[in-house]
Parts: sequence; C-alpha cells; structure tokens
Amino acid sequence: MTNGWSLIRIATILVYLFLFAPVAVVILLAFNANQFGSFPIEGFSLRWFDSLLHNDAIVRAFKTSLLLGILTSAISTTIGTMAAVAMVRYDFPGKKAISSLLIAPILIPEVVLAVALLLFLQFLALPKSFGLLLMGHVVFTLPFVLLVVQARLVSIRRDVEEAAMSLGATPIQTFFEITLPLMLPAVMAGMLFSFTISFDDITGTLFWKPGGVETVPTQIFAMLRNSISPEINALGAVMVIFTVAMPLVATAIARRVSAARIKASKAK
Amino acid sequence: MAERQHAVELRNVVKRYGEFTAVKKMDLTVPENSFVTFLGPSGCGKTTTLRMIAGLTDITEGDLVIRDRRVNDLPIHKRNLGLVFQNYALFPHKTIFDNIAFGLKYRNVNKADIAQKVKSALDLVQLPHVADRYPNQLSGGQQQRIALARAIVIEPDVLLLDEPLSALDANLREEMRVELKRIQRELGVATIFVTHDQSEALAMSDKLVVMKDGIVEQEGQPEDVYNNPSSAFVADFLGHSNIFAGTLAEPSGETAPVQLEGGTTLKTTIHQIERVNRQQNIRAVIRAEKIMVSTNQNPTSNDSTSIPGRIKTVDYLGQMARYFITAEGQDWQVINPIDQHPFGEGADIFMHIPARNCVLLPGHHD
Ligand SMILES: Nc1ncnc2c1ncn2[C@@H]1O[C@H](COP(=O)(O)OP(=O)(O)OP(=O)(O)O)[C@@H](O)[C@H]1O
Ligand SMILES: [Mg+2]
Repeated sequence: MTNGWSLIRIATILVYLFLFAPVAVVILLAFNANQFGSFPIEGFSLRWFDSLLHNDAIVRAFKTSLLLGILTSAISTTIGTMAAVAMVRYDFPGKKAISSLLIAPILIPEVVLAVALLLFLQFLALPKSFGLLLMGHVVFTLPFVLLVVQARLVSIRRDVEEAAMSLGATPIQTFFEITLPLMLPAVMAGMLFSFTISFDDITGTLFWKPGGVETVPTQIFAMLRNSISPEINALGAVMVIFTVAMPLVATAIARRVSAARIKASKAK
Repeated sequence: MAERQHAVELRNVVKRYGEFTAVKKMDLTVPENSFVTFLGPSGCGKTTTLRMIAGLTDITEGDLVIRDRRVNDLPIHKRNLGLVFQNYALFPHKTIFDNIAFGLKYRNVNKADIAQKVKSALDLVQLPHVADRYPNQLSGGQQQRIALARAIVIEPDVLLLDEPLSALDANLREEMRVELKRIQRELGVATIFVTHDQSEALAMSDKLVVMKDGIVEQEGQPEDVYNNPSSAFVADFLGHSNIFAGTLAEPSGETAPVQLEGGTTLKTTIHQIERVNRQQNIRAVIRAEKIMVSTNQNPTSNDSTSIPGRIKTVDYLGQMARYFITAEGQDWQVINPIDQHPFGEGADIFMHIPARNCVLLPGHHD
C-alpha cells in the first residue's frame, strides 16, 4: 500500500520535473554572464536583459504583443459575455448551432483554423493586416470567455434578476446592477485567459501576421532560426514571468477591490 | 374618485405553452386590501398565474387588469408590484440596506427618505439591526423577512408571494405565517399568496382559490370552501373526506335519507338536497373530522345517523387520532380528538354522523 503510494509520488515528481525543468533552465541561463549557454553558469549578469531593452525589434514585438493582447481580450470579453448572456438567458432559433459554432475554434486544430481564415481572406481578395491578426485572435479566444462566463451565469439564479425588475429596474439596469457584478469574477477570468492566450499564441499568428509585424513569440521563433542567443533566454524569462505574474496580480487586485467595497459599505 | 373594488382582475386569462394549456380561462378578482391564496396540487398552474400577473410570463389570451388598468403589455418594471420568491432572491453582492433600498432608487426618492423608509421597513419585519450585513450572514427566516421588506418598501399595488414559506422549517414557518399576516393587515396591501400547504391557506386567506389542472375549482371564504366543497376534488384536497356514490330518497321534514352504494343509509339536510337540485344520483361527502366515534349506540341527536363498525388501524397523531374503520362493508376514515386513550385496533364502535355534516355533490359525470 505505502509502496504503491510512494511510487506514484515519485512518478508525479518526475513528471513535473520533466515539465518544468526546461523552463527553470531557461530562466537560469538568462542570468548567465557567458555568451554560450552551458552549465555550470559562469557569473551572474543582467546584461542580456539590458541588451533586450536595446534591441529595437524585440521592443517593437513586445509592444505589438501587448497591444494585440489587450485589444483581443477587450473584444473577446465583450462579445463573449454578451454571447453567454444570450445563450443562457434567451431562447432563439438556431441557438444550438450558434453555440457549437462559437465553441468550435477550441475543438478544431489551430493550424486548420489559421489556414481557413487565410483562405477566406484570399477569397475576399483582402491583404493580411493587423486587423486580420486581431480577428484571428478574437475568434480563437472567444470560446474560452464564452465557456467561463456561461458556467458562471448558469449558477446565477434567474429570480434575482426578476426581483430586480419587479422593483423597477429595466432589463439593462438589471444587467449592470445585478447580473454583471455577480458574474464579474468569470468575466475577469475570461479577460485574463484571452490576454494570455493571445500573448502566447504562435501558430495562428505565424499565418496571419502581415509582413514586417512580429509578436514576441514569432520574434523568438525568428531569432531561434539564426542562432541561439542568450537574449532569447532573457526574453523567455520575461515572457514566463509576465504570463505567470499577470493572473496573480489580477487576482490580488480583485481581492483588494472587493475587500475595499465591503469595508466601504460597512462604514456607511 | 370612485371607490375601486378590485386590485387585480383576470378576465378569461389563458396561458399556453405550445400545445399544452397551463391555465385555462381563468376568471378571478382580488379585492383591495384582501389576502387571496392560490391553493392546489403541484403543476396546477399557480406559479404560472402569479407570473402572468407579475409580468414575468406572457399572457396568451384574455385581459389582466391591475387597479382599473389593462396591463397585459406593460413590462414588469413598470407594474409596481412586490414580489417574494421561495428562495428569497436577495442580491448577494449588496448589503441588506442596499437590497431594501434597491426599488426606491428607481422611484426618485431622496437619500434621507430612503434611509427613513428602509429603517421603518426593517422595523416592520422586526430586524432593525441588520442593515449592514450581507444576505449570506442571515438565517433563512431572516432572509425571507428582508425579501418581504424589500417588496413592501416600494408600496406596491399588489404583493405577490410564491410559496414564500416553504423553504423554512416547520416551526419557523408557523411563526412567519403569523408575521406575514400581521404585516399584510397593517399595510392593507392586496396580496396573492401561492401555496400547496392547506393549513397555511385556510389560516391566512380572506379568499381561497382552489385550483386544479389550470382551472379554478372553487373560490370563496376558507370556511365556506372547507364546509361546502363544490367537488370531490376540493373535498378530498382540503383535509380528509369520505366520499361515496349514492341515491337520494324523498325528504321527510328537515332531513332526507341517502342510500349509499354499499347499503348504508345516512341522513342529510334539505339545504344539501337543494345544492344538488334534487338530483337522484349524488355523491355524499363526509369529512373525517365531522364523524364522532364512540362506544355508545345512541345517536347524539335525532337527526344524526349511527353506524356500527370496527376499527382496523389507528394513526396516533398526539391530540388527535386517525381511525380506519370498516362499517357495513365500506372503508371509512375518521379523525377525532383523543379523550385520554384512543380506541384500540379491533374495537367495535359506532360512528355518529349529523345530517348537516353529510354534504352532497352531483353524481358521477367527471
Ligand atoms: N416554460 C414552460 N414551458 C412549458 N410548460 C410549462 C412551463 N412552465 C410551466 N409549465 C407547465 O405548466 C403547468 C403549471 O405549472 P406551474 O409552475 O404554474 O405549476 P404550480 O401550480 O406552480 O406547481 P407547484 O406547486 O409544483 O409549484 C405545469 O404542468 C408545467 O409543467
Ligand atoms: Mg409553483
């Protein structure tokens, strides 16, 4: 019995090591003073981070990714939330079909989706553009927002909204006063999801990006083709820290805000 | 201004869901200041009717009139109704104060008045100190009081309650029922109360509406409906009744004999005979608690009937006992107060049935 358990424990630890060790190595090597990444690390240095800051291509890629991520999450969250409300609260013909259509992008391999969108664009005889890239990211992240918000909305009782309306709130006032605050955690989660997914995405982005535009992942990809520069490790480290820290900071802020709200209402 | 009679009027109201008709030709009035209860088995259309009045469900046919105004097409937020739900439906992210103040915000009430009104609503439901709490910091009974406060603080034209007490445990339910009735009296607001608990319905209502399969079976004062059920369904649904088919013989004086199917003969009154238009084939309804069981053979008065029988089983209910009795080949049930000890199983007894307790209904045609 105990033997079985310790075997499982060891296996689990090994699996996690296997998954996370490369990430740890990348972060460690980012601080390596030596040009050629090898162990043991020779000296601690921030020079690769410094050179990142002075690499125009990387800074531009970072700005592009940031803008793309923010726009994607704003659009996806808005559309996704509205779609979730429609799916959960209203009945209309073709609801099932539309729902499957909106969820499909997670089920279809990303490459297929990428090619499909590209072909569609060609069919319309439109050039690739930042707009298309954004559209691709929105299509791709929408299902995540939709699923998360839908799940939350199902658990919000309809009679709470009905009570609000019986007290004189219009349906729109009810949405902003009651429904939205109650599903806010899910909306925030959807926003974070879509941002990080957009920020990390490479497959679709490679297909959709117009010439000359790079995001952080495609920039790393391009740099890897030439040489393995320690700058890449530094960039990788920044990416990891960014995508891990984002949700943590966001949750912390959300906690703060709700705590402050409770306090404020207590003070009244 | 002419005196208004009815807070709510339903005129031939019908509700269909596709092929299925949930409410059939409902005609109903709710007088001002009165407490009206919808009572009926599950699925009979109580909630549907209430939701149509509230504006939460469309009306398929007919007119809904609230305070002399046809409101079929008026959306819920313009109807000025107080709604209380079975599961309280408080806003979990708002304090009790903000919950109660919610409706006032949409009624151009200034801040000072809001505070004043919320305070008096809290006083009315006897929870003056919970304004700063959140709903999940209150017990179920307290939450339901807040839900009530939130509904009445807007001074609604009609108060609509859908099984507001059924999520509470038995003791609390009784207490809340008294409380609710007190508050309703104090405010004088016309109230529609949905329940499938008959004791609740009998205790609280000015007018009782018994529903079945989307129609009103009977309406009237609780006592009337209880004593003079107009159908076997009502007789059976309210309390426990013995119902037998039978034939009516010629009356002699103030009473007339009724021949029941099994051969038993009972006496009934002229009044009852008139109720069934002197029809020959009738059904006799005798309420379980209107039969007296004793070991004494002599009738209690000369217009009552005594039937010998034997007790098969006894349900001991505390102050009451419920007897299942075989008499002249028929099964009866009787509920009697217990005098020291209930009669034992197998005991030979007599059932005494006064003529006025033998209620007649028209014979089988349903
Ligand atoms: N949205 C709907 N679509 C189809 N049928 C419905 C719908 N809502 C209610 N019904 C049907 O209408 C009938 C009346 O329902 P209603 O909820 O009014 O019953 P009720 O008297 O309130 O019962 P209960 O005591 O169980 O609450 C039921 O047979 C129910 O199945
Ligand atoms: Mg119901």
